Amino acid sequence: MTDQPIVQFREVSKRFGAGPQILDRITLALAEGEFVSLIGPSGCGKSTLLRLVSALSPVTTGALTVAGTTPERAHEHLAYVFQEATLLPWLTAAGNVELPLRLRGVRAPERRAKAADLLALVRLPTASALYPRQLSGGMKMRVSIARALSREPRILLLDEPFGALDEITRNHLNEELLDWREKAPFTALFVTHSVAEAVFLSTRIVVMAANPGRIHAEVPVEFTCARTGALRERPEYFDRVAAVSRLLHAAEEGGAT
Amino acid sequence: MNLRRVILWLSPVACGILFLGLWYGVRAATGLQSWILPTPEEILHAAWAERATLMRAAGGTALGAVGGFCVASLVGFVTALGLGGARWLRTGLYPWLLVLQMTPVIVLAPIIVLWAGPGLPGIITVTFLISYFPIVVNTTQGLLSADAPRVDLFRMYGATRLQELWLLRLPSAMPYFLAGLRIAATLAPIGAIFGEYLVGNASGGTGGLGFLVYTYNVQIKIPALFATALASCLLGFVFVAAISWLNWYVLHAWHDSFERRDR
Repeated sequence: MTDQPIVQFREVSKRFGAGPQILDRITLALAEGEFVSLIGPSGCGKSTLLRLVSALSPVTTGALTVAGTTPERAHEHLAYVFQEATLLPWLTAAGNVELPLRLRGVRAPERRAKAADLLALVRLPTASALYPRQLSGGMKMRVSIARALSREPRILLLDEPFGALDEITRNHLNEELLDWREKAPFTALFVTHSVAEAVFLSTRIVVMAANPGRIHAEVPVEFTCARTGALRERPEYFDRVAAVSRLLHAAEEGGAT
Repeated sequence: MNLRRVILWLSPVACGILFLGLWYGVRAATGLQSWILPTPEEILHAAWAERATLMRAAGGTALGAVGGFCVASLVGFVTALGLGGARWLRTGLYPWLLVLQMTPVIVLAPIIVLWAGPGLPGIITVTFLISYFPIVVNTTQGLLSADAPRVDLFRMYGATRLQELWLLRLPSAMPYFLAGLRIAATLAPIGAIFGEYLVGNASGGTGGLGFLVYTYNVQIKIPALFATALASCLLGFVFVAAISWLNWYVLHAWHDSFERRDR
């Protein structure tokens, strides 16, 4: 691990063509190994921020470095999990997990072994031959995350991956995401609408305000106990949720004016 | 629940019986003679009497239809690859494809005989002209239908254009391509028969259902003409069944249209 941030925004602004300002002078640095959540009202540019990091969209002004280089050149270090599972329906679960390796030209036997390992990791060891339409929403998201992890990313971008799931499934996946991270470490940039989810997962929460999208506050999150399901019942967790909710509320008020 | 099933299965039969009753009714009421409106049993009788001729003709038509259909599928697919891949080709070619589609094939018949020659080449050309368009339109639509997040995913993961085509766009287009083939499959036998009628007899005629239509008409063998219609219809069914099977074979494992529901 180096002192150099793995993702660094310096005064980054974004507008699409002649449209309104989406992001206004964002300055933010992620150290390797952090889990940073972005939370804020709709239209605050959280998802756009991820698109900038992944080079799906170029920065308008300012400087953005990813893994010590430009976003365009940092491809190899990144993986992305979208809101929808975005699996390819004509490939089996294993085929979907293999896809990034296939695109890299990895040979079939190696790909298969890797996919089997990853499906076991996300607790779908028997689903490898199933097609996406045979999987539930939660299972699809597990496959989608396994697909992202197959790239062994240093940085994982997650854009509201659990937003469409029910709360029970979401809680499970939150806990497991942290487990998977122990086994395959990555720096996470996580967009969410859920304060509780952000508090549970993050080492740091960035609260954003809208019109134009900007950083309202940054909150480090530390707990005295491990982040397991039991954490959700502890007062220190509630305090954090309350504190971030207040900040979010303030950010919304600020954005309206 | 079972009763509903039985009714569902019997309803086409019931409709068929109703239709036959109507047929006999019209004949009885109007007193039309057999050479204008033959009875169904006269048609079946003619079909049996002419069975050797009909079978041979159906075989000839099938050859023309399959030939035209295959050429249309192949050329249509390649055209769609071009149209789906390059915007300038799409805007440039599309109006002219429409012009081709809008021109009635009957107008082109003499030109087709002149260029492709009479007999099978001409018949295949007519079949091609009739079944090409739906394949091109559907497949192009399919190639353009890969959804944005998946395209983003491929771009992010450094896919080459060829990988994007092969692993994303072609599979996305498959249901559309097959839908195009299904439309083309209903058109191809019609095209072949039409082709035989138009250009098949230019050489003196070597067979085919379209040529039989011409012959029986001249000979005023009206029950045999109806029998020819019946044979054409059966040939069409075989075609559609084959393509429906292909559709099932390619898509059943993953496509939502084959989703099994409990009820």
